[in-house]
Amino acid sequence: MRQLLAGKTAPILIVLLAIGLFWYAAAIWMNAPWQTTLNQRAGLDSVGATEFIGQTWSQDKPVLPAPHQVAGEIWNATVGTDIASKRSLAYHASITLSATLLGFALGTLLGIGLAVVIVHNDASERSLMPWIIASQTIPILAIAPMVVVGLGAVGVTGLLPKALISMYLSFFPVVVGMVKGLRTPEAIQLDLMHTYSATPWQVFSKLRWPAAIPFLFASMKVGIAISLIGAVVGELSNNAGGGLGVRLLTGSYNGQTIQIWAALFIAAGLAAVLVIAVGAAERLVNRAMGARP
Amino acid sequence: MTAMTRPTLSRLQQGLALLAGLVCALALVLALLSGDAPLPLLAFVGLGTLTLLRVRLPVPLWIDGLLMLLGAMALLQALPLFATEPAYFWLALVACWAFAWLFVERLSQAIRSRQVSGRVFGLVIPVLFGLALLFVWEVVTRGANVPQVLLPAPSQIWTRLLASVPTLVADFQQTFLKAVLAGYAMGCGAGFIVAILVDRSPFLKRGLLPIGNFVSALPVIGIAPIMVMWFGFDWQSKAAVVVAMTFFPMLVNTVAGLSQASSIERDLMRTYAASYSQTLLKLRLPAAAPFIFNALKINSTLALIGAIVAEFFGTPIVGMGFRISTEVGKLNIDLVWAEIAVAAVAGSAFYGVIALIERAVTFWHPSVRGGRA
Amino acid sequence: MTELAPSSQDAMAVVRAQNLGLTFPTNDGDVIALSDVNLTINKGEFVSFIGPSGCGKTTFLRTIADLEQPTSGTLTVNGTTPSDARLNRAYGYVFQAPALYPWRTIAQNVALPLEIMGLSDKAERIARTLELVNLTGFENKYPWQLSGGMQQRASIARALSFDADLLLMDEPFGALDEIVRDHLNSELLKLWARTRKTIAFVTHSIPEAVYLSTKIVVMSPRPGRVTDIIESDLPAERPLDIRETPEFLRLAARVRDGLRAGHSYEE
Repeated sequence: MRQLLAGKTAPILIVLLAIGLFWYAAAIWMNAPWQTTLNQRAGLDSVGATEFIGQTWSQDKPVLPAPHQVAGEIWNATVGTDIASKRSLAYHASITLSATLLGFALGTLLGIGLAVVIVHNDASERSLMPWIIASQTIPILAIAPMVVVGLGAVGVTGLLPKALISMYLSFFPVVVGMVKGLRTPEAIQLDLMHTYSATPWQVFSKLRWPAAIPFLFASMKVGIAISLIGAVVGELSNNAGGGLGVRLLTGSYNGQTIQIWAALFIAAGLAAVLVIAVGAAERLVNRAMGARP
Repeated sequence: MTAMTRPTLSRLQQGLALLAGLVCALALVLALLSGDAPLPLLAFVGLGTLTLLRVRLPVPLWIDGLLMLLGAMALLQALPLFATEPAYFWLALVACWAFAWLFVERLSQAIRSRQVSGRVFGLVIPVLFGLALLFVWEVVTRGANVPQVLLPAPSQIWTRLLASVPTLVADFQQTFLKAVLAGYAMGCGAGFIVAILVDRSPFLKRGLLPIGNFVSALPVIGIAPIMVMWFGFDWQSKAAVVVAMTFFPMLVNTVAGLSQASSIERDLMRTYAASYSQTLLKLRLPAAAPFIFNALKINSTLALIGAIVAEFFGTPIVGMGFRISTEVGKLNIDLVWAEIAVAAVAGSAFYGVIALIERAVTFWHPSVRGGRA
Repeated sequence: MTELAPSSQDAMAVVRAQNLGLTFPTNDGDVIALSDVNLTINKGEFVSFIGPSGCGKTTFLRTIADLEQPTSGTLTVNGTTPSDARLNRAYGYVFQAPALYPWRTIAQNVALPLEIMGLSDKAERIARTLELVNLTGFENKYPWQLSGGMQQRASIARALSFDADLLLMDEPFGALDEIVRDHLNSELLKLWARTRKTIAFVTHSIPEAVYLSTKIVVMSPRPGRVTDIIESDLPAERPLDIRETPEFLRLAARVRDGLRAGHSYEE
């Protein structure tokens, strides 16, 4: 028991349990006014406390749906629905996922390429780096609707506009991380390569690139998370295309709170899976490269 | 190393010089054949062709810079003269870009070999790059008649910006001064206070920290529609989204920062029999400052994003996000760009202010002392 | 290369510096790192460079390795320019820190120069050089699994793996504690005796310099220059306790005098 408490699992579980309990309590409190109105309309005067609580946890459009309602909706909309149906959350999640992955892949490649150029060419570092750093401070996500609508106006619709937003978002952390990573080799390591008369390509492939790998993974973890955000926000501007963003938007128009929460949790789960996948790839590569466990 | 002593051109520079000169020569021939080429453009391509002489005699880098400027002005002057831009116009643009690139390459080489001051000219290069980008944007959008819905020209955006100052100011007040600042202050403050409280309990720290880290990676922005339902259409719901987005980065960074003080430093405080609050105030919070400021900086960007995107889900008829989403619908893309320009300036200024405060507070930290870490 | 040498004395010279000077331009004016250095390192010698920081001993070693360019005078390595010598893979360089790549095993680290130089029979060379530094059995360990002394031995193996006749060592044991350092010093002497390499060794420890060298070059700073060159008359066979003998102490005293004469302990 003591060992369990000393680790991370028990504290995390207890905190999660506390959040769950708080959530149920908040659901009672936040849904109570509307439930009282409903009961008065129906002429139910004497509702027992237990029954009332049960009612607040099973409203149709609650202010705050109880966790089991959200879980039920997720179950119905994924396992319980045909995957090709537009009502299936799995269908919408797959749309968002493909835009995310495409954008992330493009952004990572672009970021690595640009970092390599910056590290090897003085002029491009001086020209680009200040702008790259400055553009991290501006709310780039605001251009999402414009990209989607602008490209839509010239006939580019579907996956690509969303993927472009994701690419744009995920490329920044990769450039910044990789420039740092490719620069980590110390002077004596570069001198060593010089004493071997190594070619620039050998210095890159045997020294700079392996040294930058930890930085690449750290950047990719940030990049994949914001790629997903970019895809979701991109979907807000194109109702027809489907995706988790569209589910959020239609849920918000129709007051379908349970649907919003379900879409939100699916998006969170997707983000978690993606970040964990990058983390797993990182551990695999680390092990192959003999990193200290 | 040889470049340090002899200012010869590198292979890349030779290629650029050759490209610039040859493209100028080609443009010159085409322009002369057409017979109606504007004079400044002719002058530019003519002088540009002359730089091919550099195979014989050295051309100082300032000549390349002057040619770039001349080319830019000639192109801007020629821009309204044509219905459809002729081929030599585009060739001149390519040559102008090549001269700019060559100039920047040679200038950074000169800085590296300490021929010119890096402090002054180090700034010239990024500014030049930004201007060059704007310039190409302007010339290409107007010259090639790019549809306005796809990309308006910078001059168009600027005109629109000046024409709609009252709207932009109202949007800025609604989104930035109300939603962002309120949400940012509450989110960061709450994250900070919770971190201090959690810090006293190792058990809670172990439980909350992984969850906080996890939530930081989630698309928290998705709670915007819920917040709009809970707190109404006005700025309060946007502030709530900002609170939710900024809370966890602050919590996680502060907790991490509070464990930064080394055991020697802590032992020192112990030998003084310092109380918990004394250790916190005199040692652990100062040591945590770089981490706290890191969160403040991350959050400055997140807050603006949160407020703008939350407005996509419904607002009263004012606000930056509202303006962006509705004007996109009306295909007023130039106003959208104007709004984005305001957001960009606001975001960088917000970040810049916090970075300045950071420099003043954590002047002792190696990353500040060393300048470029 | 020996055929080209004009005299038999030059044939012995591996490194030859004549009126060598090196000036670094800095923001606070020029720094004279080396001034008028005249020195010959002959084949098979073990030459130590000793002096306080800023005396140019490391700079001189780096100049031999073509890591710095002299601003005046001439310097030849194996009768060629340092740059050609580097391209001919004439020397192995051991830095102050092991500078092993953390993502490579010990064997892979030793193989690094072999890969870059495109040499064959890698396995044989790795086994032979790791045996020379007593690291047989550690081929598949990663650097962090080894102690500091073992890491530095691995970096020596890396410098030996491509069979250069000249070994340049820049304070290789400076970061190690004295017990480990004593041990590595005697190991290095054995290695030198077995391989008959020419070694140039930078140090700031007087006992280390006297114990290891056949020739000690004393240097002093501002400007960096050679103040004394001491030929050692100690026997080739040197057990660790030779350091208590009168001959050893007399040499050490002479080195100390040389350092003091360079006013190196002022300020």
